[in-house]
Amino acid sequence: MTAITDIPEAPRAARRPQMGNPVLRWLRKNLFSSIPNSILTVVLLALLAKGMFSFVQWGIANAVWLTSANDSSACRAARGVGACWAIIPEKYRFILFGTYPFDEQWRPALSVVLFIALYYLSTRRALWRRELVYLWIGALALISVLMWGGVFGLSFVSQDRWGGLPVTLILATFGLAFGFPLGILVALGRRSKLPAIRSLSVLYVELIRGVPLVSLLFMASVMFPLFMPAGFNIDKLLRAQIAIILFAGAYLAEVIRGGLQAVPRGQYEAADALGLSYWRKHRLIVLPQAIRHVIPPLVNTFIAFFKDTSLVLIIGIFDLLTTAKTAIIDPAWQQFSVEVYIFVAAIYFVFCFAMSRYSRSLEAPTTPK
Amino acid sequence: MTADHPRPPPRRRFFALGRNELKGLFWQVLVVGIAVGVIAFLWSNTVTNLSARRITTGFAFLGREAGMPIADSLLAYNPRDTYLWAFVVGIANTLRVAVIGIVLATILGTLIGISRLSANWLLSRLAAVYVETLRDIPLLLQLLFWYVLMQALPAARAAWRPVEGVFLSNRGLILPAIPIGSPQLWVLGTAVLGLVLFYLIRRWLIAQQMRDGKPRPAWPFAVGLVLALPTAVSVALGVSWTIEWPQLRGFNFVGGLTLAPEYFALLIALVTYTSAFIAEIVRSGIQSVPRGQWDAANALGLRRSFMLRQIILPQALRVIVPPMTSQYLNLTKNSSLAVAIGYQDVVSVANTTLNQTGQAIEAIALIMAVFLTISLSISFFMNWYNARIALVER
Repeated sequence: MTAITDIPEAPRAARRPQMGNPVLRWLRKNLFSSIPNSILTVVLLALLAKGMFSFVQWGIANAVWLTSANDSSACRAARGVGACWAIIPEKYRFILFGTYPFDEQWRPALSVVLFIALYYLSTRRALWRRELVYLWIGALALISVLMWGGVFGLSFVSQDRWGGLPVTLILATFGLAFGFPLGILVALGRRSKLPAIRSLSVLYVELIRGVPLVSLLFMASVMFPLFMPAGFNIDKLLRAQIAIILFAGAYLAEVIRGGLQAVPRGQYEAADALGLSYWRKHRLIVLPQAIRHVIPPLVNTFIAFFKDTSLVLIIGIFDLLTTAKTAIIDPAWQQFSVEVYIFVAAIYFVFCFAMSRYSRSLEAPTTPK
Repeated sequence: MTADHPRPPPRRRFFALGRNELKGLFWQVLVVGIAVGVIAFLWSNTVTNLSARRITTGFAFLGREAGMPIADSLLAYNPRDTYLWAFVVGIANTLRVAVIGIVLATILGTLIGISRLSANWLLSRLAAVYVETLRDIPLLLQLLFWYVLMQALPAARAAWRPVEGVFLSNRGLILPAIPIGSPQLWVLGTAVLGLVLFYLIRRWLIAQQMRDGKPRPAWPFAVGLVLALPTAVSVALGVSWTIEWPQLRGFNFVGGLTLAPEYFALLIALVTYTSAFIAEIVRSGIQSVPRGQWDAANALGLRRSFMLRQIILPQALRVIVPPMTSQYLNLTKNSSLAVAIGYQDVVSVANTTLNQTGQAIEAIALIMAVFLTISLSISFFMNWYNARIALVER
């Protein structure tokens, strides 16, 4: 347990004239402040240099970057000493878009761009108005048209040919779009004065949160057909989507409930005094404040939930992780799974890191107006 | 709904219920009615579907022979045992990875959380990179990655030896071990008994100190009860504690403790992933203790270890424990990802059972029952602990 870094400087230190080279001063303060600290720095630097050196050797110096189509001999020659990045240009279309018809893959690509634009616009504070809901509905409708086709001269592509990144984004985004209203309803239900509604909400939240997502996905894939009338069958992707919505609803409900608890009592009483009905009171007064309170934990829930969509691998749905795992079944490239996993991890990382930076920027204290 | 329209005066009461109560009753009846209706609809469909597929419901299948192999298990098992026993073995496997995972993740997470606050810039940056990287990549992907690395390890004959007696190969991690039989268990039992006694004596000593303010050292009791007493029992009974070193015989290892690649990969993935979250919790817990508390403790001239133990930690723990509980629950639930790499935990056993018998409802009900029980036990224990360390307000 060494000292804590964010100790405010004593005023005396600020007045003393600063001597010497600023770089050296920084080094002494942050890396060599005491003998144990200096030893630690040297040991860490040595380990870091060793790790970086072997990674550069493997990942850059000895790596195979490109080969002619479907020829893994150069990679196999370099196996053990260098990475085989050539597998990425070889397989990226399959990893990103799965078995979507090759000539039509501009459609899922465009969908991914639309998704990212939608996320970006949703982070703009200036756009947090009712129009954002219409924007979401419009964008999701447009993405559905692009992915399915069958109209405007686009050929129809059934959803068992979808795969890769668009499927991951669809599962996450639709899960959020439907899970969020569900979460609001359940959170309100859990704080309701009506005992029957309250206990149903508690039962739902605790049941879903008490079991792993894997078991819900199993339920969706194995038990759902049993639940439905004979002859009625819905697609596997949609079933997984329903499980994810139910899962997201329970977790989001708990976050939103925290926000509801943070709204001062006076706000409820003022709304009642104005004679607003239950729904108008919550829509106009309580929820806007409650949700503003919990935006950072909501974003953290979205991150967790974006990562959790990868669990659909277990029931065999072609999301980004499943296409990656399938891409390396090809015997010629079988040994180079580490490279593919690093590639896919980088994609997930970019999305999650962007979200977590955004959440951090929201948490930073804002100047009072 | 504006102030211009005053409400009509309250009408005569209907069954002594007010307007709002009636409205509430209406909503409750509606929601419960819909819930019951949906469940009844699903139930009747299920019954029809099951009879159409000639699947009998019930847990009778648990008594039948399982016939599934479980390679790596804590309890004795062979494929001729019943499904019930297979489930028990699966539960033991889940607990084995969850309990050890929780302990290791707590230790690693705490170390990294403290490193993030270190005055050494390099150490705190490295810890931050660790946390950010592991948090932002799906656990399942990390698990598959570790498993691929395990499989890429050299064969048993060319195993890596990081330390003498420890072997890392594609057979997993092999460690030296002390064989535990009933004499050793007796000695360990005395140690546990000593620990309980020590805890009671320490409570009594603290109560005494509260009365007259004189500090009474507790460590002689700790040494006496937890170390000396079991040692004396061990010597008196003549229990041997020889370490069994693993040895390479032919293509495999003999002796020692073997962690199979599946178990080892799952353990590493769960521990590293969860430790990133725990690190953040520990960091924010320590940062939540106001500066003034450190300064005040320093001003009193307290020793650093005493200050951390008596001033800082008790306050930090109040912030740390509640989110830590949910991380422990997450780790336990995440252990179900074992099914993706073929470690036979309870979910994996249930999945195989489901495929072999078609008893989908029962198998999934069992998974849910097991996890609900584990989740509730962890919450219960952590709530108890949290209540114990909570601030006692007047």
